[in-house]
Amino acid sequence: MRIDWQKYDPDGNYDELISSPGYPRAAARGLAGHLRSLGDQQLARRQRMADLAIQEMGITFTVYSEGENIDRAWPFDIIPRVIPAREWQQVTEGLKQRVTALNQLIDDLYNEQRIVKDKVFPRALLKSSKNYLPQLQGSTPRYGVWAHICGSDLVRDRDGTIYVLEDNLRVPSGVSYMIENRSVTKRVFPELFRKHEIEPVDDYPNQLFDMLASLSPRPVEFPEIVVLTPGIYNSAYFEHSFLAQRIGAELVEGSDLTVGDDDCVYMRTIHGPQRVDVIYRRINDDFLDPEEFRPESVLGVAGLIRAWRKGNVALANAPGAGVADDKIVYTFVPEIIRYYLDQDPIIPNVPSYLCMDKQQREHVLANLDKLVVKPANESGGYGMLVGPHASAAERKKFAALIRKSPRNYMAQPTLALSTTPTLCDGKLEPRHVDLRPFILQGERTYVTAGGLTRVALRKGSLVVNSSQGGGSKDTWIVDTGSAH
Amino acid sequence: MLSRVAERIYWVARYIERTENTARLVNVYSDLMLDLPDGVGLQWRQLIDISGAANFSKRYRSAGERNVLRFMLCDRDNPNSVLSCLAAARENVRTTRDLVPSEGWENVNELYLFGRKKFGAKNLPKGLYEVLSQVVGRCQQITGLLAGTMSHGDAYRFLRIGRHLERADMTTRIVDVGSATLIASGAEILRLENRLWMNVLRALSAYQMYRQHVRRRIKGTDAIAFLLQDTQFPRAVAHSLAEIQDSLQTLPRNDATLRAVGRARRLVNSDVRALSGEHLHRFIDDLQAEIGAVHTQVESTWFAPELDEAV
Repeated sequence: MRIDWQKYDPDGNYDELISSPGYPRAAARGLAGHLRSLGDQQLARRQRMADLAIQEMGITFTVYSEGENIDRAWPFDIIPRVIPAREWQQVTEGLKQRVTALNQLIDDLYNEQRIVKDKVFPRALLKSSKNYLPQLQGSTPRYGVWAHICGSDLVRDRDGTIYVLEDNLRVPSGVSYMIENRSVTKRVFPELFRKHEIEPVDDYPNQLFDMLASLSPRPVEFPEIVVLTPGIYNSAYFEHSFLAQRIGAELVEGSDLTVGDDDCVYMRTIHGPQRVDVIYRRINDDFLDPEEFRPESVLGVAGLIRAWRKGNVALANAPGAGVADDKIVYTFVPEIIRYYLDQDPIIPNVPSYLCMDKQQREHVLANLDKLVVKPANESGGYGMLVGPHASAAERKKFAALIRKSPRNYMAQPTLALSTTPTLCDGKLEPRHVDLRPFILQGERTYVTAGGLTRVALRKGSLVVNSSQGGGSKDTWIVDTGSAH
Repeated sequence: MLSRVAERIYWVARYIERTENTARLVNVYSDLMLDLPDGVGLQWRQLIDISGAANFSKRYRSAGERNVLRFMLCDRDNPNSVLSCLAAARENVRTTRDLVPSEGWENVNELYLFGRKKFGAKNLPKGLYEVLSQVVGRCQQITGLLAGTMSHGDAYRFLRIGRHLERADMTTRIVDVGSATLIASGAEILRLENRLWMNVLRALSAYQMYRQHVRRRIKGTDAIAFLLQDTQFPRAVAHSLAEIQDSLQTLPRNDATLRAVGRARRLVNSDVRALSGEHLHRFIDDLQAEIGAVHTQVESTWFAPELDEAV
């Protein structure tokens, strides 16, 4: 049977593909028409092709279950999500603006703390920050940039507005899947790529390499760049090894590196010790250097922070950058942008209530059944309360938590995330999506063409995390300029 | 190439080769026990001594067939048991998957799963001879697959060094089966010597090659010389040492390791025909020590280099 877009009903949500039943959006017109011409059987066949390709290409993510690590095939839906190029241009500017301001904030917090003195950023907030590392005060990494790789999560609400939901400045992951999703889609729908102007995404590894190389403390033509992984048991190990291969860097573990008497970092190779210039680390701050942080850490390298402080090695992201990756700091980002850049934010924040403010806290406590409550420092959807779906007991528990440590919580209204057609049991049905673009900042700033679209595969669900039943899609930035 | 990666690749090869050789050793020993009459002094315990595992007596009270086989094949507390070797090989491939062709990983993984099914149960598998022959065949398949699909660069060199060091070591141990049997049984076994060495040669798939090479009745001295000194038979110690030497040629900072290989080669080429009984046994101990010294040198040169060397 052929797909009938008249019968596809997003139920009042903003749909990324159609504007109203039967009417595809301009940028998605080609895709919608093509899908209609394929019919159910063809679609099912293409999904099988994709599943097979994912197996053959070995695209996996690791989940820890029943005491064992299992490599699971990456859950992927073949129907791409389409964003018009003109809209993306705006988003790109907005993300660049955001990351620029966030990096100025981090650099300021570790140096003069002007923003605190000017009372835009509460001192109490800085004092209680878990990710602020006071021992790094006085450091300024090259270009004043601390967060070189940022993954910001974007969502679209019912009225079509795109919001930033959070900024991941520590060790954001997912970019390898963005690239692999595209290679799978090219295998599945080669004809569409011939007909449409779809922006390529595979420039990312080159951009990543250039950015990392621009951080090298030694002015050499081919700096030694390594990717530091916690190892095979990490859930993102696939990505670590993928990126290392694509940028031609060694994939190292902590035990491969050592800091010499000259405070330089060396890796142990069969040719003897080799100086390392740039470390793209995928290990959290806590574990980076047992001399500075957790003494029991075996994942990191003793003396690494010493080498970094002396400017002998670059770390991306810089240690301590996480101070700006905090759900409470997030609520201040619009003010931060105005403060440092004297500009209005291009992409808005989701309206948020700060529990550290008495009035706002009362509002949150009175409306727990309508709000989403988030802890300041968790990621991956952990430790959250989704009010409308929570039991009375859970809400009571959160009310107590909020009263006990208000600094640790903020709340947002439950957004009606936008939907996009997704293949479910052989039929196209609307499913909620978000988007994680990646921003690189070094000498220059770069934003990926689109990003990783995550989709909640269960009907009505808003949970897009792959560890919790989420899937992903290819994301197309389509230029309709010539089509009009 | 990272030292850690070189080390893991090296151990992949060693563990695969060790699995194969342990399976061979157990098969030949079982055969020998059937062939030789009771009372010639051949005992299961000697198999443990040959394999070099130390913790057997702590774990088992008697050294009967069942205990010895369980220890050699199934016991995860014996780091040299077939099951332990397979698990270790798998873990090392798992962490170097970007260097090993994907079929290599799949084959090692399947062999591990096969081993776990056969040797992970409470009882030894039925048709042990068949099972062990299958293990030998699958190990050969992996070795062949890597030789045919992996670039013969630095990673492959470490693979080759690991394989041949392990093989040279195990060949000396299997020759030791013969000499130990002769020592244990004294004069009465002499009339069975032919049968003994035939089995030793078979353990190393060497019988046919030996036959082509030595055109007379099987004699202990000929068999020993063949297994230690032949440069063309791929399981002979001299051949393995030559392979190691060849693999070392293009590796950086190889002089100390080349010297260690040279010492082992000189020793293996001494006049082994003049040795018998206790002397042969001691000679083999010395040879094993030289082979061990090559490993130690490989390890200290490439796997755990001191930082201040090149700084």
